[in-house]
Amino acid sequence: MNTEISGVIFTYLLTLALAIPLGRHIARVFKGEKNWLDFMAPLERFIFRFSGIDTKKEMSWKQHLFALLTINSVWLIYAFVCLMAQGHLPLNPDANPGQSPDTAFNTAISFLVNCNLQHYSGESGATYFTQHFVFMFLHFVSAATGIAALIVVFRAMKDKITDKLGNFWDYFVKSITRILLPISFVIAVIFAFNGMTTSYAGKDTFISMQGDTVHVSRGPVAALVAIKHLGTNGGGWFGANSAHPIENPNYLTNTTELVAQCLIPIALVFALGFYLNKKKFSYVIFGVMTIGMLLFMIPTINAELNGNPAIAHMGVSQTTGAMEGKEVRFGPANSAYWSVMTTIISTGSVNSMHDSAMPMSGTMMLMGMMVNCFYGGCGVGILNFYIFIIIAVFISGLMVGRTPEFFGRKIEAREMKIASIIALLHPFIILVGAAISSYVIVHMPGADWAVKPSAWLNNPGNHGFAEMLYEYTSSAANNGSGFEGLGDGNIFWNVTTGIVMVLGRFLPIIGPLAIAGLLANKKFIPASAGTLKSDTSTFGIMIFAVIMIIAALSFFPALALGPIAEHFSLK
Amino acid sequence: MKTYLLPSLKLTLILIVITAGIYPLAIAGVGKLTPGHGDGETLTYKGRVVGYALEGQKFTKDEYFWGRPSAVDYNAAGSGGSNKGPSNPDYLKDVEKRIEDFLKHNPGVTRAQIPAEMVTASGSGLDPDISPAGAQVQVARIAKVRGLSADQLTKLVDEHTEKPLFGLFGPSKVNVLKLNIALEELKK
Repeated sequence: MNTEISGVIFTYLLTLALAIPLGRHIARVFKGEKNWLDFMAPLERFIFRFSGIDTKKEMSWKQHLFALLTINSVWLIYAFVCLMAQGHLPLNPDANPGQSPDTAFNTAISFLVNCNLQHYSGESGATYFTQHFVFMFLHFVSAATGIAALIVVFRAMKDKITDKLGNFWDYFVKSITRILLPISFVIAVIFAFNGMTTSYAGKDTFISMQGDTVHVSRGPVAALVAIKHLGTNGGGWFGANSAHPIENPNYLTNTTELVAQCLIPIALVFALGFYLNKKKFSYVIFGVMTIGMLLFMIPTINAELNGNPAIAHMGVSQTTGAMEGKEVRFGPANSAYWSVMTTIISTGSVNSMHDSAMPMSGTMMLMGMMVNCFYGGCGVGILNFYIFIIIAVFISGLMVGRTPEFFGRKIEAREMKIASIIALLHPFIILVGAAISSYVIVHMPGADWAVKPSAWLNNPGNHGFAEMLYEYTSSAANNGSGFEGLGDGNIFWNVTTGIVMVLGRFLPIIGPLAIAGLLANKKFIPASAGTLKSDTSTFGIMIFAVIMIIAALSFFPALALGPIAEHFSLK
Repeated sequence: MKTYLLPSLKLTLILIVITAGIYPLAIAGVGKLTPGHGDGETLTYKGRVVGYALEGQKFTKDEYFWGRPSAVDYNAAGSGGSNKGPSNPDYLKDVEKRIEDFLKHNPGVTRAQIPAEMVTASGSGLDPDISPAGAQVQVARIAKVRGLSADQLTKLVDEHTEKPLFGLFGPSKVNVLKLNIALEELKK
């Protein structure tokens, strides 16, 4: 077998081998059982005492939401102020300036919501202070926010009528001390020993072999890159993200980064089974997600390995596949694997430039973000999936003519309204955004912004439209990758994608939390012969159908105008 | 809201200290123990630092092995790809120009022998590697310019070919800077 394909398969199997035990560990942590990180308990007690938090106080779903939204607002203001002021703050050896208000607005939201869309380049648009004290800090806490919100939903799914769903601060802090921080540390050490820089020294200068003077950006990169992947964040230290040789030096670090970004989303699926003692149910979810992943993965790897037909026509050998925007040390198969994983799992880091990928791959990446729940981001992936479960339960219930029930609770009009709004929100904000930007390009080409609309697109025709569609899809899915040819460093993109990111983050957290909270307060109906079994493959197929219908039908016209049209025109 | 605001502020403060202060400092400490001491590993030639082992640099002279085209002209204080789409007509013209340029500098080489990575820009603009085929195809040119035997150079490329991880996973590659330093040392 070719070593590129075997590398991809090895990476996936390694991810699974680590995700299953991690899922068991996560379930233990949040059930309050003994686990191998109990030595962190004194640190946690110190944190809670310092912050004046009593973790014994249980919260209702509304109180959870208040806590979550309050602390997120604090972070937003903190991040915005730091980014504007970074030019005057310490740890700025390269003397980079502060960000403009609209860029700071976009960047602060982007990192707060675990999206990490970057309308600046790390080498010149951020300082070591903001990289660590804003970005890396938000990498940790935004991922922990997602995990904590998911644990509330897990708790609500237990067979008990209750308003008490545990303590938010407890879930949140333990997500950091028992999951994110220890694993990040191990990963960062691996990175450091593979050449990723860790010191706080500024730019270096040397004379190259040919006599050119070269300035080299560096920095304490390894610590950030570890949590950037583990927390499915994706915001890179350098402009080229994980395609950059310091941010991803070799195949081993690349494998580590890939495993790290898929690890928690997959582990959480298993954690659900361990936590609720419903392992079969988590296998069904895992099965649906994995089939979805393969549906996107196989065409992408195939397209990239076959190379660009337009270049093949020039007579150049493409035995190594399509190489534009890719790095030799990863190769096209691995870059394709990364592109799909990073888009289905809201990471958004890249090890190749998605804008230069084959149109078939572009279609798959867009669909990955449009579905946004095949594994999905830290915590939020399953929250998105939960919405589709509710809809699938409801539709199945109607099909057999019974009141729909899920885990012994009746799904009624109120829950369905919330689920429908959340499911439709995603296509709504993406398509409206793409429509507005297309309108601006046509009708206001000379608008006086940092980048004029007439100069936004780096590619003509269908591919240009795909650049705009991708930007909003990535923002709404809190993904953060981009068709980076897009001239997005101006007030239009900063403001519109900023709004889309906020809506795309908090409503899909509020919705499932509200549904789960409402259901937990309802009467528990024990399973009977007529109950729809949620742990069967029939139900899996049902969920899959709902996802495909909602994602495929609502987005198909836009996809057809973009990458699908480009695919058929490329000869 | 007030019930949550004060704990939020204090929790934020303490977590900033832990995640953005203590954690990266610990990693910086570990980094001191690594080969490059956490500053990035450099390569020297004739006692002078000529580059970073991980980062590609510009080689355009005929006497050196060339690296890949770079959208940022190997500016290591910036980075990035071309972001050109595969069907973009301007981009395809650029590729055609690179092919013609490559053929001009490497007489005797046919189009089918040029590996794709030699005429397409990398993702980072700093790709340090080329494929073994990308190095072999330049051997004839360098042998002629430097007056060395082609066999000697082929052997040099073989010696500098890095095999897949554990021999099983990922592509083979050649680090262009290391190869060129070895090439210079060969002359003596």
